Amino acid sequence: MQISYLVIALLLLTGVSYFWGRRRAVSLAKGEHLVVLHSLPSFHGAYVALWCGLPALLLVALWMILEPQIVEAVVINQLPADRAILAISDPNVFKLLLTDIRNLASGNIVSQTIDPALQAAANSYMRYEAISQQALFLVALSMAIVMGSFARTRLSQRFRARNRVEKIARWAMMTASLIAILTTVGIVLSLIFETIRFFDKVPFDEFLFGLKWSPQMAMREDQVGSSGAFGAIPLFAGTFLITLIAMVVAVPIGLFSAIYMSEYAGPTMRSVVKPALEILAGVPTVVYGFFAALTVAPFFRGAGESLGLDVSSESALAAGVVMGIMIIPFISSLSDDVMNAVPQSLRDGSYALGATQSETIKQVILPAALPGIVGAVLLAVSRAIGETMIVVMAAGLAANLTANPLEAVTTVTVQIATLLVGDQEFDSAKTLAAFALGLVLFVITLCLNMVALRVVRKYREKYD
Amino acid sequence: MSVAEQLENSGQPEKAVERKSKVIGKDITVHYGEKQALFDVNLAIPEHQVTALIGPSGCGKSTFLRCINRMNDVIDGCRVGGELTVDGVDIYRSNIDVVELRARVGMVFQKPNPFPKSIYDNIAYGPRIHGQASGRGEMDEVVETSLRRAGLWDEAKDRLEEPGTSLSGGQQQRLCIARAIAVNPDVILMDEPCSALDPIATARIEELIDELRERFTIVIVTHSMQQAARVSQRTAFFHLGVLVDEGETDQIFTNPKDERTQDYITGRFG
Repeated sequence: MQISYLVIALLLLTGVSYFWGRRRAVSLAKGEHLVVLHSLPSFHGAYVALWCGLPALLLVALWMILEPQIVEAVVINQLPADRAILAISDPNVFKLLLTDIRNLASGNIVSQTIDPALQAAANSYMRYEAISQQALFLVALSMAIVMGSFARTRLSQRFRARNRVEKIARWAMMTASLIAILTTVGIVLSLIFETIRFFDKVPFDEFLFGLKWSPQMAMREDQVGSSGAFGAIPLFAGTFLITLIAMVVAVPIGLFSAIYMSEYAGPTMRSVVKPALEILAGVPTVVYGFFAALTVAPFFRGAGESLGLDVSSESALAAGVVMGIMIIPFISSLSDDVMNAVPQSLRDGSYALGATQSETIKQVILPAALPGIVGAVLLAVSRAIGETMIVVMAAGLAANLTANPLEAVTTVTVQIATLLVGDQEFDSAKTLAAFALGLVLFVITLCLNMVALRVVRKYREKYD
Repeated sequence: MSVAEQLENSGQPEKAVERKSKVIGKDITVHYGEKQALFDVNLAIPEHQVTALIGPSGCGKSTFLRCINRMNDVIDGCRVGGELTVDGVDIYRSNIDVVELRARVGMVFQKPNPFPKSIYDNIAYGPRIHGQASGRGEMDEVVETSLRRAGLWDEAKDRLEEPGTSLSGGQQQRLCIARAIAVNPDVILMDEPCSALDPIATARIEELIDELRERFTIVIVTHSMQQAARVSQRTAFFHLGVLVDEGETDQIFTNPKDERTQDYITGRFG
């Protein structure tokens, strides 16, 4: 709470310093036309404001990261020697002690009787917190003022404020893009570390090549039916079966509607069909999920019964078909864009040779647009593999190894979801299996995306 | 029946009598939506000659050209009025097969637009869809003759499987001409075929046009008066959607009847 006041104060200071720098720039012009200045007054203002605000705010951020650790270490060190040694040697004890101290300090009720040593630690914890916060206020505010004033003294008629502000802006943008990259790296690393822990408990080849998936671990020695088998093959088979069904539905429909939209439809038709397809892309996957589970799956089962077929009520077919419908807009919209990008001159060239419209589409436009279409399909595949909600609701949990679309199968994403839903202990093979599955899934979709981008780039036709 | 269709509307009937007219436009008007682009154009195009259409930008010369193979159909909101006959057949009659018409009236565009296929397939494209060659051997022959006629054979014979887009600009344009010839049309329309090319490539295309006129009737739109004077036997001058002047190229360039033609070819406007 207190920190937020500081941040608000710093932002206000920054705002004020902008006008401060700007006014100085105007006065530097000495009443002449502003053109005598190298940069516009607003750049001078921005330069002063950036020097005033940025370092101080960075300091606050740094403090928020480092301060708790420093204070905690100091407090623990002040505990009676036996406890301190215990705390330093064992991180779990360290955390426990800290929680106690923090609870005491914030006045929460502690279940145990209050230990005088802990009480003292809590008191000093509070004291240090207060001191460091006051120090931060002082340092940050004075830093803002000093830096701002210093920046202001540098202003002159020929001062290149514009170039310097540009440079800072460039750094800011680089930081923004770094955040995205670092987050990805963080996710991948956390997946990898948990996966390594998983492979400590379950052999690598059993996971990758095992044919049986039953992730129940025995909690007690004598528990029944909880052997724990972590063969991922049935899951991936289920995933690919459902993806295949989805693509069988989505590729022809998406492609044909793209061809219709880009080549045959008039402007009015196009202005209706295209937004309608984009609405399809906007339907939340949860909605698709219960559409699949409550409408499509019973329909398939009923239809199967009347044909004398035994269709499971959670069939791969229902999930796959609905997923295919979800993916149609990806394929149609991307393919439509690619086909529209084929230059009109190629169409003209073909028509001028006496080709009909469908001959032109088949022999000129589709080949020219093919790399883009392949890319669209591959992106759709990786989307289908990663899709969770529809399969959670419609595909079932039984890990059957089957190629029959009328049976229930389960997918990687469904298993990840069920493994992590509810209270879990985070060191059992069951929970860690989710990370291993996640990593494999990530690698698969990553490869697909890379291949897709490669294909698009390599076979991109040079039209002219 | 097209034999004796005479140029009663043209400015120089006495000189055009010797040749029969391949294409005759009577009172051609073209609208793009609300805007009228051509006003009652009457023009006859004689067989086995090169007819040049000249005039400042936006004067309607390309529009007229695109009427002859109905490429204007591709443009939304384009309406064509009047009567346009090719070999005496009104091509805007309702029962005309546009696809067949375009096989007989080929076209070469301003910018070379080879398909993103091999050189061979670029040429074979037309004959293949019209079923004009059966079997690989016959097709090879068509490709070779077309490339030879377009003067591209020596440069392309060793690289028939390379993409058409790998050729240079001038070669690409000759490839497009070869592609048009391969369908064996009667008329070839050329819409500023040299405007994207350098002078050397332009000279080659001009030579080629002169050779091609023995077999085909050629209509060429050009911005270059020198080019019109070099390659054409007849010239038509368009201005603001009106056919101002038309006649033997020599006569148009040395002794134009209309003052506007005079002004344009001497560079006073345009």
